Amino acid sequence: MSTALNSERSAILKQNRASRSERLLRAVRTPGGAVFVLLIGLLAAIMVLNPSFGEPSSFIRFVGRTAPIAIAAIGQYFVIVGGEFDLSMGSVVTMQVIVAGNLIGQDDAKVIPVLVLMIVLGAFVGLVNGLITTLLKVPSFIVTLGMMLALLGLVLYWTGGAAQGNPAASFRQIGRGGIQDVPVLDIIPYPVIILTAVAVAAFILMRRPFGRMLIAVGDNPAAAALAGSSVWWVRTRAFIMSSLSATVAGILLVGYAGVHPSVGRGYEFTAITAVVLGGVVLGGGRGWVLSAAAGAFALESLFTLLNFMGVQATWRDTVQGTIIIIAVAAASRSWQRKRKGASSAAHDEQHQLAATPTPTEGTEQGGERV
Amino acid sequence: MRNNSVRVIALAAALPLAALTACTTTDPSVTQTTAAGTGSPAASSPASKDWFDQTLYDTQNQQRSASFEGDPEQPYLQYIAGAMTDTSKFAAQGPQKVCFANASISNPWRQTGWITMNQQLKALQGAGVISEMETRDAKDNDNTQIADIDYFIAEGKCGAFVISPNSTAALTQAVERACQTGKPVVVFDRGVETKCATTFIHPIGGFAWGIDTATFLSEKLKSGDKVVALRILPGVDVLEHRWAAAKKIFEEKGIQAKDYFTGADPTEIKKIISDELATGDVKGVWMDAGDGAVSALEAFEDAGKALPVMTGEDEMSFLTKWKQTGIEAMAPVYSNFQWRTPLLALEKIFKGEQVPTEWVLPQKPILADELDDWLQRNEGMPSGHYAKFGGEDLDGYPEVWQQRQIP
Repeated sequence: MSTALNSERSAILKQNRASRSERLLRAVRTPGGAVFVLLIGLLAAIMVLNPSFGEPSSFIRFVGRTAPIAIAAIGQYFVIVGGEFDLSMGSVVTMQVIVAGNLIGQDDAKVIPVLVLMIVLGAFVGLVNGLITTLLKVPSFIVTLGMMLALLGLVLYWTGGAAQGNPAASFRQIGRGGIQDVPVLDIIPYPVIILTAVAVAAFILMRRPFGRMLIAVGDNPAAAALAGSSVWWVRTRAFIMSSLSATVAGILLVGYAGVHPSVGRGYEFTAITAVVLGGVVLGGGRGWVLSAAAGAFALESLFTLLNFMGVQATWRDTVQGTIIIIAVAAASRSWQRKRKGASSAAHDEQHQLAATPTPTEGTEQGGERV
Repeated sequence: MRNNSVRVIALAAALPLAALTACTTTDPSVTQTTAAGTGSPAASSPASKDWFDQTLYDTQNQQRSASFEGDPEQPYLQYIAGAMTDTSKFAAQGPQKVCFANASISNPWRQTGWITMNQQLKALQGAGVISEMETRDAKDNDNTQIADIDYFIAEGKCGAFVISPNSTAALTQAVERACQTGKPVVVFDRGVETKCATTFIHPIGGFAWGIDTATFLSEKLKSGDKVVALRILPGVDVLEHRWAAAKKIFEEKGIQAKDYFTGADPTEIKKIISDELATGDVKGVWMDAGDGAVSALEAFEDAGKALPVMTGEDEMSFLTKWKQTGIEAMAPVYSNFQWRTPLLALEKIFKGEQVPTEWVLPQKPILADELDDWLQRNEGMPSGHYAKFGGEDLDGYPEVWQQRQIP
């Protein structure tokens, strides 16, 4: 047994010291890496069908309009990787859109106060979701479903279900405008900048103790609790981040599209699909945050591709449903293989390495597992 | 691992549930009518039904140029001469209670109409015609509306029924049950498959809309030009008729029309237009309802492309944008003033005066030369307001519509 363990360790060590290209290749073979390949494939297919899509100015606009859903996917990632769901996201987007439309109106002076209010509201919704889930032990699925309906009802009550009019143009610039006259790109939409900032922040956060703890909690909450992390607070923070990302998405969407009670509809599912497509395991503990964002881009690219191919838009929901099922199936198979690791014949690479052990090299502890 | 699979199962079980909730929220965005999305067979099989009806097309085409009885200053009382219903048996003394089964007020068109209707109600209450109006809002749900009508019947206190059906086939039997009470029944906006109603009030219809708009675009564009058709959702007859007529004309004139369902979601509309602009020039935009027209134009602006020739609706947001951008456009009208007519019809019915069996109201689009006039007449109105709301002579004008307090 101990020799097997030893050889396994050295195999890991070997893996971690593999060349950059080998490591990249291995990463690409995981679900979280494969989504990038998928994304590149989809983008290439779109450009073949429609070369003008590849022009920098059109492409950056595509990135800009996908930014809200990518930001929502990043938010949803935090909750999912922590082992929960956030179904209230779409309603939060809708609520924020309506709040912006109704409270700002045409008054530029109200832009900043209402922005602050929206962020507070977003954080509050997340806090409530998180506390009820963690402290009252109500499954997040039910809590956020309830929150989704409650917020939707509130929006309907407030608006009667119809739009009231767009807020001041200055507020809409956040989602609609950009830095003009940029060489090559022509324009850098503000949503692209905001998405980049969110992605970088999320990337750093997942490498900090909070991120490590969140993954540990998602993987095995009991073990994480025993190891001394406060599970409830870690998860609650994930919910708050999810609602805040929905708020940011809402702010961008008001600018991009305008105020309408249908804005944000179905956002939670698109975000969950994107996260799952990014190889993040439902139930938590596995997956990369940037893959979730890539999943959002892959999903939007897929819809654009279907659109260019002349597939009826009515098929869209079917496509989305099928993707969820296939992606969950593929991810769970793949992660299962990975978990079994060297003992599994299915994982050819490690198996091979384990079969031909190399001499041990001083330290036993390699870096982190990829 | 067990934990994981349980969660996955939970999600799988919940997807249809949440999809269902998402589905019901799709409905409110339909302008004019309602969404048959919740259970109407037409909605679930849009492709299997050919909505084009040559007879109806021809009739509505003729009605576009028909002459209307009555004072053009009061379009909500005008009608095309035809069969009349004798209402002498409904003649009543003193104010009557009216029961209104409304499909919903979930879009700006219905909200504007609802405000106008309430002001009309106040006028008739003041005149001692109506004592009160009890309204039940079905929130775009057939089953709710059937229950609402049955509730009114069971309550037995209604002097008359006003019904704005949620969908055609589903509500037919409930309307028949209301007729059997022996009280007058006024149906407006969408129809039902029974002739039992005392009067059925509606503007000319969807085919006329389709003919007006598609003819306009075909005249402004050349054969081979591309038009993007933005449709709200499939399966609602009024909307399908608009597209069926427009599609026929576009095909005849060689206009390349590509249609999309948007759910009236401005995000979708912008994406669709952006993608279409990326594949080539778009010369025209056709809409089956004006909700979201502004987003469509913004997509052209954002992409830096020449603005299209466009047909929207008489919603203020579109009229204002039309004026600002100076595009070539027209605003088809699904006469919003029809919301006044049911109560005015009841006034006649309670007096025992004849009313048209099928009360076809005028439906006249707003063309470029009338744009300034309509903008001026509706100055200060909010963006969701409809220019041809027809309530200028009612009490509370213009504040009630400007403040847009939903009753």
